[in-house]
This record gives sequence, C-alpha cells and structure tokens, in this order.
Amino acid sequence: MDQYTLNLLFVGASFALYIGIAIWARAGSTSEFYAAGRGVHPVTNGMATAADWMSAASFISMAGLIAFTGYDNSTYLMGWTGGYVLLALLLAPYLRKFGKFTVPEFIGDRFYSPTARMVAVVCLIVASVTYVIGQMTGVGVAFSRFLEVSNTAGLLIGACVVFAYAVFGGMKGVTYTQVAQYCVLIMAYTIPAIFISLQLTGNPIPGLGLFSEYKPGGEASGLYLLEKLDLVVQDLGFASYTGHHQDTLNMVLFTLSLMIGTAGLPHVIMRFFTVPKVSDARWSAGWALVFIALLYLTAPAVGAMARLNIIDTIYNNGITEEPIEYEARPTWMKNWEVTGLLKFEDKNGDGRIQFYNDKSESFAATAEANGWKGSELDVNRDILVLANPEIAQLPGWVIALVAAGGLAAALSTAAGLLLAISSSISHDLFKGQLTPDMSEKNELLTARIAMAVAIVIATYLGLNPPGFAAQTVALAFGLAAASLFPALMMGIFSKRINNKGAVAGMLTGLIVTLIYIFLHKGWFFVPGTNSFTDAEPLLLSIKSTSFGAIGAMLNFAVAYFVSNATEDTPQEIKDLVESVRVPRGAGAATDH
Amino acid sequence: MADNSSNNAYWAANVRIILWSLVLWAIVSFGFGILLRPLLSGISVGGTDLGFWFAQQGSILVFLGIIFFYAWRMNKLDAEHGVDEQ
Repeated sequence: MDQYTLNLLFVGASFALYIGIAIWARAGSTSEFYAAGRGVHPVTNGMATAADWMSAASFISMAGLIAFTGYDNSTYLMGWTGGYVLLALLLAPYLRKFGKFTVPEFIGDRFYSPTARMVAVVCLIVASVTYVIGQMTGVGVAFSRFLEVSNTAGLLIGACVVFAYAVFGGMKGVTYTQVAQYCVLIMAYTIPAIFISLQLTGNPIPGLGLFSEYKPGGEASGLYLLEKLDLVVQDLGFASYTGHHQDTLNMVLFTLSLMIGTAGLPHVIMRFFTVPKVSDARWSAGWALVFIALLYLTAPAVGAMARLNIIDTIYNNGITEEPIEYEARPTWMKNWEVTGLLKFEDKNGDGRIQFYNDKSESFAATAEANGWKGSELDVNRDILVLANPEIAQLPGWVIALVAAGGLAAALSTAAGLLLAISSSISHDLFKGQLTPDMSEKNELLTARIAMAVAIVIATYLGLNPPGFAAQTVALAFGLAAASLFPALMMGIFSKRINNKGAVAGMLTGLIVTLIYIFLHKGWFFVPGTNSFTDAEPLLLSIKSTSFGAIGAMLNFAVAYFVSNATEDTPQEIKDLVESVRVPRGAGAATDH
Repeated sequence: MADNSSNNAYWAANVRIILWSLVLWAIVSFGFGILLRPLLSGISVGGTDLGFWFAQQGSILVFLGIIFFYAWRMNKLDAEHGVDEQ
C-alpha cells in the first residue's frame, strides 16, 4: 500500500468516527447545546479540554519553536501548562457553582452591568475569531501536504465535518468528538516520539530520553543527548541549545502572559460548565492537565531530537566533514520542497547543502575558510513535527497517523472556539440583550444559525488569511489576559469591586494592551504603521507579546481604585459572591 | 445549612491553601525554571542542569501535583465545614 492510500485511509477513518459521534450525540435542549446537559464525567471532560486546548499551534508549531531556539522557548511549555493551575485554583470551581452558560454571563451578573457583559462579549469574539483563523489555515496545510488535494478543497472538507458535529451536537457533540480527537492526536504525537527516542537513546519515554546518554543505533557515545546537541549546534555557529540567551525580564513576563491568557480563554473556561459538580470541576482541571502534559512533556524531546536528526542527515559523515550532496538528499526533503516550506539554494555552487548560522559574526571566519557563502537550507519550523517520522525513517502508517493527528488538533480547537462564539452570540447578545423573551427552542435555533455563520466566516478567513494571521495569536492571549481573567478573578475573590470598577478595569486593560500591540505590530496589523518593533520595544525590553501580564496588572489596579472611590456593591451581589464561594447547592443551580 | 461565620472560616482556609499553592507554582516555574537557574547550575541532570529540567519537565509535573492536591484538600475542607455537595 502506498503512502497516499495509507494517509487517505487514516484520515478517512478518523473523519467517519467524528461524523458517527455527531449522529449519536445530537443536542435537544439549550442546556445540552451550551453545557452538554452538565452530565460529562470529569475525566472525559479533562480529555475534551485537552483536545480543545491543544491546537494546531501546540501540535504542529511548538516542538519546532523549541527545536530552533532551545531553552529560551521553555516559556511556551511553562506558560501553556501553568495557566491550568490558575484555572483550577482561581476560576473553574466557582464558575461551575455559578451554574450559567457563558463567561460574559458571569461578568454581567456579578458586576450587575450589561456594559461589562458586552465588553466581555467583544473580547471573547475578537480573541476566538483571531484564534480560529490559525486553526483553519492549519487544516488547509495538513490536507494539501498529505492528501494531495488543493488547500481550498481540504479546508472545505474540514469545515463540512466541523459543521456536522458542532451545529447539530453543540457542546454535547463537540465534547464527545473531542475525546476521540484527543486519542488520535496523542497517539499521533507520542508514537513517533517513542520510536525516535529509542533510536537515539534506547529509552522508550521521550521525556526521559531527552536527559539520557546519546546512543545512536545502540552504540555508546559517552555523551548525553543534550551535550551532543550543544556541541553540534555550536560547531555550526548557533547559540548553545541549553543556554539562556534571551533577556530574563521578557522571559518571565511572556510566561506570565501565557499563563494568565490560558486561564482567561473563554473556550477553555466554558468546558468546566459541563461537569455535574463543583468537586468535579476541581478534579477535571487536574485530568485536563494530565492529558495535556502527555504532549507537553514529550514536545521538548521531539524538538531536541529532531534538531539533532536534521543536522545528522545533512552532515552524515560527521560535523567536521563535507555535508551531503543536494542530489543525494533524502525523500522527505524532496516532499517538503514541493510545499515551499523547505528551500535549498546552492550559494557557493558546490552542489552540497551547507547548513549553518550565517548570522553569527564569530563563525564568519570559519565559514569563509570552508568556502561557504551563506546557509543554503531554509527549514520552516512548522514542518518539524509533520516531517519528523519521515526524517527518522519510520514506517508509512506512522506518517499517516501524524496526518490524522494534525487534523484532529486543528479541528477540535476550531470546534471549541466556534462553540464559544456561537453561545455568546445567541445567549449573551440575543437572549441577554436584543430579544430577552425568546423561547428555548428559538434560542437553540439562534445558536445553531450563529454557529453556521461563524463556520462560514472562519472558512472564508482560513481561505484568505489576513497577512497578520500568525501575529493575532498574541492578540487573543493579550485580550484574555488583560481583560477577561482579572474581571473573573476579582468577581470571585472580592465583594468590593463594583460595576464601575470592573468596566473601567476591563476597558483599561483592553485598550492599553491593544495600543501596545498595535504600536509594535502596526495599527490594525497594517504593515509599516508601527512605531516600534519587538526587537527594540517601547518600554524597557517588554515585547508586545509579553504585554498581556502588564495589561492584567493595570486592570486589577484600575478596578481596585475606581471601586474604592465609588459606592459599595449592593447586598444581593455580596450574597451572589458568598454563594459562588461554597460548593453546596451546585445541583440546584443547573436548573434555571 | 452552615451559618455565615463557618463560611468565613471555610473561605479563609481556602484562600490560605490557594496562596501556598501559588507560591509553589511560582517557585518551580519563574524561580527554578528561570530566575534561580544560575543558583541551581551546580546540580547536573542528564547533560545539563536542574534549572533546564525544571523549565522543560519539572514545572509541569509540579503543576499536576498542585492541582490534584488542591482538589483533594478542598473536598476534605468542604466536608469539614459542611459545605460539600450532597
């Protein structure tokens, strides 16, 4: 069986499974559509949360980010997992006790302010829409590489599948599909990693292999894998892999921004509305992190080992010998050259692939002595995980599994985001604001129409991604961190924060963060309109991607001072906060 | 139904557990993983130092421990203060 048939078989089978679940899990009521009837087991919910959370960025890009930078990009690992501690301790149990359907609904009720609710709706929609564009482009890329269909056709197939289970199944359909998608994506991520770890270190657990002796093909080398990697990358003029090269302040703030942003992303928070009890919400956050950790503990090993494998492929006779000839390059390079994500240019005309750091001044003399005229290979970081099984020469079915896994990661996150958008439009905007006397049946219909429209818009944006698509992920996290997270946390932990304080805080966090991002990335991401760059930022050394944490602190400070300068919160709000703080009575809260 | 003073004691105990958990959360990530890494550079782990291990593996494992400890401890606290779900 050839590779194409295998890919088709794996992806086709996974899609058939998702459609089957969609037919089985149709939503009949708004409670089923928004919160899966609050009947989801905490472990099941944890698995669904993990699939919801781990996007095309986690699956496809993260290992590549770590591989080409090393220690400095550990920020992604700590940031995207540490947020779950904040979520489990500060938000999830209380929001579950509150017992409503959406994140803006809590903000609107707690701060007795339709304005606060609308600010939350705007943040939610902007964050989710920008986030979903990346997922849709990811679906297109995976399809076009593995199934040899055009980007457009691939994207349309993906959109139809999401449509089937998200529009009819709502949260219920999405939850059970995400469980299946989690299983597909975690197998697709870990199986190749286990093979590669065995090849390079003899240890089957990649997270342990990363810290083991480097034993390619079982031969002892007397060096640890990371020592070997540090040696070869420095021999090619790159910065050491395990060294700390970025400035510390930025690393801390970026990690903190990712953590707060993770805890404030509405599509993750709303998953905790689906479990039956408050204690389940606590356990479920732990299970979610268990399932996420399986991938996140593997990712740094995948990154380091892939970097070593790529260098080894090019310098197949050792780092001090001549690199391989272009004509003798392996098949995976040929495959990825077609996509344009891997490029070779024979700058010195010797027919060999010189790959080194041509930006390093200290290495320039060595390169010149060797007769090298610049690095000749350009590898896009995003292909690393997808090409990994081919680089390590693993069997065809592993490659097919990775294709299905990449699609599962992108589709599951897209569905979660679309659900957050549509619930917010039907429940917060229509039911809460425009047509409050709408019947449940009509609300359910509105939610389905909103979902269908959101899918069409997301597909359109996926087909015509705005030039800024990659940069907007920073925007999504910035908004969630600077606006939503502080409002939710203060709503639970303080009785004193009133409507004026909350609105002032949210708007300050939102606007200052937006301005800071626009100053560095261009106004509304139009290229050339930026006054600063992330290489030379406005304040200290704070990059626009790290600014979410500062925005959050401003939000807290403004809300505190404005609340204390204005009247106290009414008694019924104090009672609401009291009731949210204790678990007893959560069952009753579900029937409203 | 528990009275208000019991609720206050319950909430104060909860906030205390949260604070200690967050101190640990910050120490393993921002501390051991980033700021205190130079101090830990003497302790070698598999070809590198302990700070690198915390940044790429250890912090995530400790996060898991914190969340499960919190869930277990709070369920006990709920019962002690009579505010658990029946």
